[in-house]
Amino acid sequence: MSPDTDAQATPGERTTPIRVLIAKPGLDGHDRGAKVLARGLRDEGFEVIYTGLRQTPEMIADAAEQEDVDVVGLSILSGAHMTLLPRITALIRERGMDDVLIAAGGIIPDADIGPLREAGIAEIFGPGTSIGEVARYFREHARHAR
Amino acid sequence: MASDPARLLEAAIAGDRRALARLLTGIEGGDPAVRGILPQIFAASRGAHLVGITGPPGAGKSTLVSAMTAEYRRRGRRVGIVAVDPSSPYTGGAIMGDRIRMMEHSADRDVFVRSMASRGELGGLASATSLATAALDAAGYDPVLVETVGAGQAEVEIARLAETTVVVEVPEMGDEVQAIKAGLLEVADVLVVNKADRPRAERAARQLRAMLAGAGGRFASPPPILLTVATSGDGIAALVDAVEADRARARSPEQLRIRARNQLVRALAERAARRAAASPAWERTIDEIAERRLDPVTAAERLLGS
Repeated sequence: MSPDTDAQATPGERTTPIRVLIAKPGLDGHDRGAKVLARGLRDEGFEVIYTGLRQTPEMIADAAEQEDVDVVGLSILSGAHMTLLPRITALIRERGMDDVLIAAGGIIPDADIGPLREAGIAEIFGPGTSIGEVARYFREHARHAR
Repeated sequence: MASDPARLLEAAIAGDRRALARLLTGIEGGDPAVRGILPQIFAASRGAHLVGITGPPGAGKSTLVSAMTAEYRRRGRRVGIVAVDPSSPYTGGAIMGDRIRMMEHSADRDVFVRSMASRGELGGLASATSLATAALDAAGYDPVLVETVGAGQAEVEIARLAETTVVVEVPEMGDEVQAIKAGLLEVADVLVVNKADRPRAERAARQLRAMLAGAGGRFASPPPILLTVATSGDGIAALVDAVEADRARARSPEQLRIRARNQLVRALAERAARRAAASPAWERTIDEIAERRLDPVTAAERLLGS
């Protein structure tokens, strides 16, 4: 297959891919899932910015601001989601990013889902979610291509 | 994009990082409204030193950029970074991981890191990168560091954009023949052998020095060759000194004219491609070339002539 580079960049009518920040807040060191997701989203045509491990909520909010992403995807397996995730959504909104879609994935008990949604996490993807489902959700709910 | 680019530029100049980020998105996406404020973006330039950092994948470009940023910060400078990673030519997707190596600066309000995917080539990377650096300059970041994708033609392109081009190599780069090939090494204003804690780093630097000393042409005065260990910071202060010292050379009238000509040629090529694509004959011409009824050069001339 011949790379379709020029078709993407047909002058004057470039479409902008959806930009996604994938971040791992807190102290857990397991980023296999985050990397698989990053790779999968790349293959779905997203531009994925991966921040690496052990990010503080401030670091994630700063990265989201500088990168002006459409979606922030938070991967968390440590159990600290009730502390970290609401803090991240608050910091992102504080910086004036009202239209950024924030979603989470990882090991999150059902009982916590309601409160996390109230805290601004739009969707929570549990184990076994396919990349295609995540991609579809992001496409449908990310702010419109600008 | 909802917001007016002129207002975003004004706010970015005043220090609003969110406005700068959104302006960069408009630039990157080729927002027609941004076209209207190009004169203002360039007029707002504060004369930032534009430094390109290039080299093969895995040479340590991101780590080196991070270490250089730490050194510039010690010297009281505000640092803007554009980190470019490749887009998939098949899906248009990209993974940009340069922030991983730059984590130590993520809480620093005086460092602004923007990841850019290379996207398409035609009218893509070069002009967007150039405009993005101009916006960072206008927002008061100096230097502005541009980290390129790993080796390939794009690295020669960065030398046309940047004032000072730093080429990063590693001790295992290969034999002397690699060093005399045209291309990457030729565009270096400053040469770095990174990962210099590995064996044979001194030897690699010596070989490069010997090769470049004997070379004519571009290397009437060979570029400085520096040994660094980006992960520990060894050699970074000397590297920043060398980059700073190159600023004066890059600002000579002759060099300014060369860069101006490059910018003009690029803008012309882009305009020409865009105008041709708007022609009603565009799709038909593509078919004719695909069916080998027309050669691409004649096709281009015909499109531009019409």
